Amino acid sequence: MRSRRFPIVQRRAAAALALFVAAMLALPFFVNGYIVSVLVVVLFAAYFGQAWNIVTGFAGQLSLGHALYVGLGAYISAALFTHYGVPPWIGMLAGVVIAALVGGIIAALSFRFRVGGVYFALLTIAFAEFTRILFDHFNWVGAASGLFLPVSSLARTDVLLLRGSPVMFYYLLLGLTLGALALCHDLLRRRIGYYWQAIREDEEAAQALGIDVFRYKVAAMALSAAMTSVGGAFLAFYENNLYPDTVFAVGRSIEIITAPIIGGLGTLFGPILGAVVLTTLGEAMTSLSSGFTVNGLKQWCYGAALLLIVALQPAGLWPWLRARLGLGAVRR
Amino acid sequence: MSAPPLLEVCGLAKRFRGLQAVDGVSFAVPKGGIVALIGPNGAGKTTTFNLIAGVFAPDIGRVVLDGTDITGLRADQACRAGIGRTFQVVKPFGALTVLENVMVGAFKATADRTAARHAALAILDRLGLADKAGTVAKSLTLPDRKKLETARALATRPKILLLDEVMSGLRPTEIDAMVRTFADLSREMGLAILLTEHVMRAVMALSHHIVVLHHGQKICEGTPEQVSRDPRVLECYLGSAATAAAGSG
Repeated sequence: MRSRRFPIVQRRAAAALALFVAAMLALPFFVNGYIVSVLVVVLFAAYFGQAWNIVTGFAGQLSLGHALYVGLGAYISAALFTHYGVPPWIGMLAGVVIAALVGGIIAALSFRFRVGGVYFALLTIAFAEFTRILFDHFNWVGAASGLFLPVSSLARTDVLLLRGSPVMFYYLLLGLTLGALALCHDLLRRRIGYYWQAIREDEEAAQALGIDVFRYKVAAMALSAAMTSVGGAFLAFYENNLYPDTVFAVGRSIEIITAPIIGGLGTLFGPILGAVVLTTLGEAMTSLSSGFTVNGLKQWCYGAALLLIVALQPAGLWPWLRARLGLGAVRR
Repeated sequence: MSAPPLLEVCGLAKRFRGLQAVDGVSFAVPKGGIVALIGPNGAGKTTTFNLIAGVFAPDIGRVVLDGTDITGLRADQACRAGIGRTFQVVKPFGALTVLENVMVGAFKATADRTAARHAALAILDRLGLADKAGTVAKSLTLPDRKKLETARALATRPKILLLDEVMSGLRPTEIDAMVRTFADLSREMGLAILLTEHVMRAVMALSHHIVVLHHGQKICEGTPEQVSRDPRVLECYLGSAATAAAGSG
């Protein structure tokens, strides 16, 4: 029974994915510039959520400081470009290496001294905050007054230098998000994916099965940090200005984790679904509350909606939706 | 007794704060042998297991597996050296299916997913868990969780399997079936087994050799018949009155 049902489910999932990709590819042709800019926000949230999901959703190590890697990726590629004219794709690679190192070192320091759980989470916040304050006084990157990229005409599209319209960024981010989806899908089917999930579920049992828990946790953090920094580089070239107080903000770290939690922690499609739902919700609240003059109404509604989702679907929206669509094996 | 034993434990000792949990314990498990570690609650059985499996390092003493000193190795290193162990308080990977749980163990021998899957399915079949392969581990009954512990440990292809009370909670017929499975595994694969168990029915049927611990010390060892007649064993299990009664009667 079970073995015969699998191929059908897989075919249905593949069809649903193809439909989703086709819709996302076509979307910019049918919507106005405002909607495209909202979609870019969706994709940033989806991609950062996917990257964070690897260390926390797959490997079970709660990071609350992922803004650190967004910032490293953003500042490294932007500073190399403004100071030396290094193309962003090269700067991005430098960012990847440094973010992976920083993430790996933070993880190695914590796990070597058996700092885990909430204490690890606090440590990740602390490192992000240190770095924010460091960059506030780092004159080479403009310190607190910010780093600005030369803005050229939006009409000219130069993919190599990441100069162009929101539509260009939309397609680049769509590619990045789908690439991350493919990578995560592949990782979960490999030994490393099984090991990460085993560590998440029970570290002691995982270790008794021969898993070098320390090494796999550090690897999860380094990969997650590296992926996050790529998104950070795109963010820098999309927004064209960087301030330590916004790039490294604790608020950004919290924003990054909301989409995957709402969508389904540890699932493949959860971060993407969560990003769509949250951003749509936020935009809807903005347009709804614009008719009223009650301060904070938007935030209040947004918070209430989040509470409702978490209360009704604590495992996230994607596991629920997947079952509705008949896209996943039913797990008893 | 001429061949060197597979597992040799020499003068193992471990102190927790004021408590001497294990105090100079020595014993050996031959290749393919089944040895039981018994004793009242708090005798130091699980601590001995943890010392062998690398959960913590002993204060004194040595653990030698197949000629290699594995004293003080981490749990994952001990596993790679050939020690497979189960936990008395079961630790399933709750969100994963039974098959995925066992595959995690099978990945020790291969990085290939299909190979790990086949190895895991064979073990599930062997332990009578095949029909639960797709079930999420957290929804298993306790007896099935105990079987899953064993299946996962077996999947790492250990030289010696450390079973920490895997029979408790099973019905007598299930106990007999498990005893048969372990006896077969040991005979066919030359697998050595070290077990602690409160279910005497299983201990007596399965073990070739029994080591009795009391207050962290070995008080006696021998065949099941020898141990069950030993006055020191009767005393620590039943109290001195029972020994006196047995002596006079």
